[in-house]
Amino acid sequence: MCGIVGLFLKDEALAPELGSMLSTMLGVMCDRGPDSAGFAVYGNRQDGRLKLTLRGPEGTDFAALAKTLEVAAGGPVAVAPRATHAVIAIPADREEAVRAALAAAAPHIAVVGAGTRMELYKEVGLPSEVARRFHLETMTGSHGIGHTRMATESAVTTDGAHPFSTGIDQCLVHNGSLSNHRTIRRRLEKEGIPVATDNDSEVAAAYLTYRMGEGASLGQALEASLKDLDGFYTFVVGTESGFGVLRDPIACKPAVMAETDRYVAFGSEYRALVDLPGIEDAKVWEPEPAKVYFWDRAA
Amino acid sequence: MNVRSEALKVAPSVLTTHLIDLASASVRDLNTALHALKHDTNETAWRVIHPRGRHAVAVGIDAPISVEIDGNVGYYCGGMNKLATVLVNGNAGVGVAENIMSGFVHVKGDASQAAGATGCGGFLLIDGNASARCGISMKGVDIVVKGSVGHMSAFMAQAGTLTVLGDAGESLGDSIYEARLYVRGSVTSLGADCIEKEMRDEHKAQLHEKLAAAGLAGEVDVSDFKRYGSARTLYHFHVDNVSSY
Repeated sequence: MCGIVGLFLKDEALAPELGSMLSTMLGVMCDRGPDSAGFAVYGNRQDGRLKLTLRGPEGTDFAALAKTLEVAAGGPVAVAPRATHAVIAIPADREEAVRAALAAAAPHIAVVGAGTRMELYKEVGLPSEVARRFHLETMTGSHGIGHTRMATESAVTTDGAHPFSTGIDQCLVHNGSLSNHRTIRRRLEKEGIPVATDNDSEVAAAYLTYRMGEGASLGQALEASLKDLDGFYTFVVGTESGFGVLRDPIACKPAVMAETDRYVAFGSEYRALVDLPGIEDAKVWEPEPAKVYFWDRAA
Repeated sequence: MNVRSEALKVAPSVLTTHLIDLASASVRDLNTALHALKHDTNETAWRVIHPRGRHAVAVGIDAPISVEIDGNVGYYCGGMNKLATVLVNGNAGVGVAENIMSGFVHVKGDASQAAGATGCGGFLLIDGNASARCGISMKGVDIVVKGSVGHMSAFMAQAGTLTVLGDAGESLGDSIYEARLYVRGSVTSLGADCIEKEMRDEHKAQLHEKLAAAGLAGEVDVSDFKRYGSARTLYHFHVDNVSSY
């Protein structure tokens, strides 16, 4: 089944509330997908810095790990641990060196996301509990997406949890199942876009990364996926400044959207949206099949 | 259970509205109370507040009562309804009035997919749009949608009427048996074995009756509608039609 939520703020005054709003939405969707959960939040940018979200086993000493990365980073590495994850901020031009140093020093640590603004957290467990462990309710930002997973296409592991991030500041959550993901995976690998897990949803994320890497906008990349991705899907996608929604042509999976002067919100069900401010007066509608919806702050 | 009675100041006698607040009562509380009602009940007026998108609100009623729901509901609201009038002052999720047997379900806003699915009787009125698969496998229900319907509406429809004042999406009436479809706006495409049919006087009279029942008497001209129904070429397997199945 899976549950998806997304929130894109138009009113900057709501930024401090982003995490608490998203957390509530995610909690309501627990019963659509109780086996794992994850979310990505677009927070503050630090000039010239790239944020890497790392995931390690319980009890990982991220502060010590950050120390070992200082040579590769060319200076002190700021680290912000949250349960099994930590965000390190490094000079953007040292990404390759830091990733290499990390792989050498701690091969069991995964980089689950990288971005100037995006931070990404995911774990197995009840979604409301996952949100609580990472203190989602305290996070601030301009937009974010979240997912509660009922595993169908791959195992219940943290690797199988959403969101999937395959490019800088890009992430995707998916409800559904893709039938041609192996074909697309092979095509992407030939193009030099690696897909790390067995999960079909990661293929969709990588596909969008590939399209955007070719110069497509988020909207154009979503448009292209209607042609190339076969199966059932509702996608909610985040980029550094944008937020997109797409349903497959037969609208197999549910979706509800709400828009006010202050935000655009997405939920698999209306229940996820009921605590948003001003929802009583929001424009609430069901996104049409095969129609690309996206919002961009930069536009 | 949090059910309280709210006396209406109309007559000193019997008219009482039962108010159920889903902020404190559960949907099970609500449905249990509604299921306990007999056909001759005097407790005919019910009001539900704070539904907050919950599923299965006012499902399985079998009594001539009226239930007014203030707000948006989730899946299957008014499902399996018999005799009751269910009014939703908001949007409805997937499967509103699914398998309705009789009575009247009225959604003031939009409805999601599979509205009125498998309905055997009764009347479903949607003031806004209905999404995909409206009236899928309908078996006698009358559905009136003031807005538009999505793709695959009236798929495998067997009996009843679907009246759409707006447009219909792709594959209207795919594999239809005998239901009558009246559409005022455009139809993106017709499904397998569904064709446009002549609007004879009997059809205009039927359409007029359905529109009147929807409170639209005199507001809409029946001659603006086209009728669609089964070409009846797929009733029995015939190898020449194999690509249409």
